[in-house]
Amino acid sequence: MKARVTVTLKSGVLDPQGKAIEGALKSLGVSGVASVRQGKIFDIELDGADKAKAEAALKAAADKLLANTVIENYRIELF
Amino acid sequence: MKSAVLVFPGINRERDMARTLKLVSGNAPVMVWHTETELPAGTDLVVVPGGFSYGDYLRCGAIAARAPVMDAVRAFAAKGGLVLGVCNGFQILCESGLLPGVLVRNQNLKFICHDVFLRVENSKSPFTRGYNAGQVIRVPVAHGEGNYTADAETIKTLESEGRILFRYASPDGKIDPDWNRNGAINSIAGISNERGNVAGMMPHPENHVEAEMGVTDGRGLFAGLADQLGKAA
Repeated sequence: MKARVTVTLKSGVLDPQGKAIEGALKSLGVSGVASVRQGKIFDIELDGADKAKAEAALKAAADKLLANTVIENYRIELF
Repeated sequence: MKSAVLVFPGINRERDMARTLKLVSGNAPVMVWHTETELPAGTDLVVVPGGFSYGDYLRCGAIAARAPVMDAVRAFAAKGGLVLGVCNGFQILCESGLLPGVLVRNQNLKFICHDVFLRVENSKSPFTRGYNAGQVIRVPVAHGEGNYTADAETIKTLESEGRILFRYASPDGKIDPDWNRNGAINSIAGISNERGNVAGMMPHPENHVEAEMGVTDGRGLFAGLADQLGKAA
């Protein structure tokens, strides 16, 4: 089973990297960019086919390591 | 004082820290590898030094915070043992949940490596008893992710409980955004936990303890700890 965990900064948390990318896009002349927030994607392969178990494992992975829930949110997708 | 310095792959300030601990307390610390599950018997101070544990992969300090030795540190702290984290050590303590908040990328996106001035906010902590409240000390910083932040409620609690130990300041002790180079909220450079036995700070007091460095302002922190814990221990 394949999964994707997407980690993003919570709204309100300063994202200097996103701001720098936003500035770079503007200086490149890419029009219509209002703002940029940078995040992380983890593509994970799981053993077994039990969806509930996989979701529980991914939630544990995200809570324990992949995201710092003080500043980040995460989203889990199973494929 | 019987100290232990934790060593993770990628840490590079552990020898500076060990040298300072020996110099100030008279006793060399035990270096403790990250895979250990226990601290040496009789340890009364654990220091998490600076560096780039695990290459700062994922988030600074994130992987080190989950190392086996950190369970032993958590148990030690729960019994009231003193724990100090400096630079990457501060990041590790935040990631491990021993301290609140998080260190994010410096506001100016640059790695900052030079001396800063810190105002000592109180002298009641075991980590600041070697100073006077309001005193300004000069110590170096070297970090890319030293911009402390936490949710508003946590900041309010830290402020009201006097848990902010050091703030970035001007040489004459004024809190000024121009002297808060990494952009830390409320100019926070160092904090303690609720119980006051776990502290973290981004600057490196261990690098300003010898006359040869021109400045010895970091010495007070370690002298205070040595005094608290008893030099003979």
